[in-house]
Amino acid sequence: MQQDVVMDMRAPNAAAEAHSERRGVTGFGFYLYLLSDCILFATLFAAFAVLHAAVADGPTAHQLFDRRNAFIETAFLLSSSVTCGMAMLACDRRHITSALVALAATFILGAAFLALELTEFAHLVSDGAGPGRSAFLSAFFTLVSTHGLHVTAGLAWLVVIAVQLRQRGFSEGVVRRMFCFSLFWHVIDVVWIAVFSFVYLIGSAS
Amino acid sequence: MSTPAAGSPASTGVTPGTDNGQGHGSVRGYLVGYLAAAVLTIASFAAAETSALTPSSAIAAITVLAVAQMLVHLIFFLHISTSPNQRTNILAFAVALLIVSMIVVGSLWIMSHLHANMMPIDPQMQMNPQMQMNP
Repeated sequence: MQQDVVMDMRAPNAAAEAHSERRGVTGFGFYLYLLSDCILFATLFAAFAVLHAAVADGPTAHQLFDRRNAFIETAFLLSSSVTCGMAMLACDRRHITSALVALAATFILGAAFLALELTEFAHLVSDGAGPGRSAFLSAFFTLVSTHGLHVTAGLAWLVVIAVQLRQRGFSEGVVRRMFCFSLFWHVIDVVWIAVFSFVYLIGSAS
Repeated sequence: MSTPAAGSPASTGVTPGTDNGQGHGSVRGYLVGYLAAAVLTIASFAAAETSALTPSSAIAAITVLAVAQMLVHLIFFLHISTSPNQRTNILAFAVALLIVSMIVVGSLWIMSHLHANMMPIDPQMQMNPQMQMNP
């Protein structure tokens, strides 16, 4: 990381070329990781699809899920995806205040999403519909909390980037991390589309 | 010293080299994507709530809307395009899509066969609680 900053100051053209290549390679590697993450989620979706009717005489999806809650969660996560894009654009313009404001908005919206999800989990567990109740609920909790863990990791990462942005400004390393973070955050949102459609809407339709 | 000026051409010169073909998009692009995604989200929640659709057509509508919204995210937020310098990305994406569909469709297919074979052997194992009340 130190090296990056030094290179930035010396030969702009050579440095820019090296950075371009480095960012391209890192970006592509991170993109491959994200695709493998999608495959991980696919296995969990497959498990949920197979087990969604295995309620063991317990509560069904139709009785448990609150669509209004899922809708608000979707609104939070979608908006945070857009503010994350705004942070990336501010990063392109090298405008630190708007980048930090957009990152803060992303954090607040992501944290609000997570709070709603945890509240829902707490309600389900206190109603006796915890992950141990039936195969359906095990699959549900595994799928949705894996997504929640990704959001949590994303929030922690976001805080690190914001701190580094304040301390180091737009060094190449920080910009590269920010770029990877924005890809991660958008993919988390794409996975959430599948969660609300197939778990909360279709899952609770019948 | 023209450091601020040197900063921005360098960054616009960098972005096409990344896997983002046209850089990180524009404010307009994000807002169009936001609007489209919001409309599709509202439509799919409406399709789930309404009683105008039969259950199977509601499921079909929600699935189509979900795929459409994912495409909106890929195009407007992740800037995946079919431009020539994105060929490797598209290829990797297609392979991932193939694996995802093999996992999901394959699991459902195999498990529905197993489930169908289980039914006559042990009616107690029936998964649907409503069907237990019928006989």
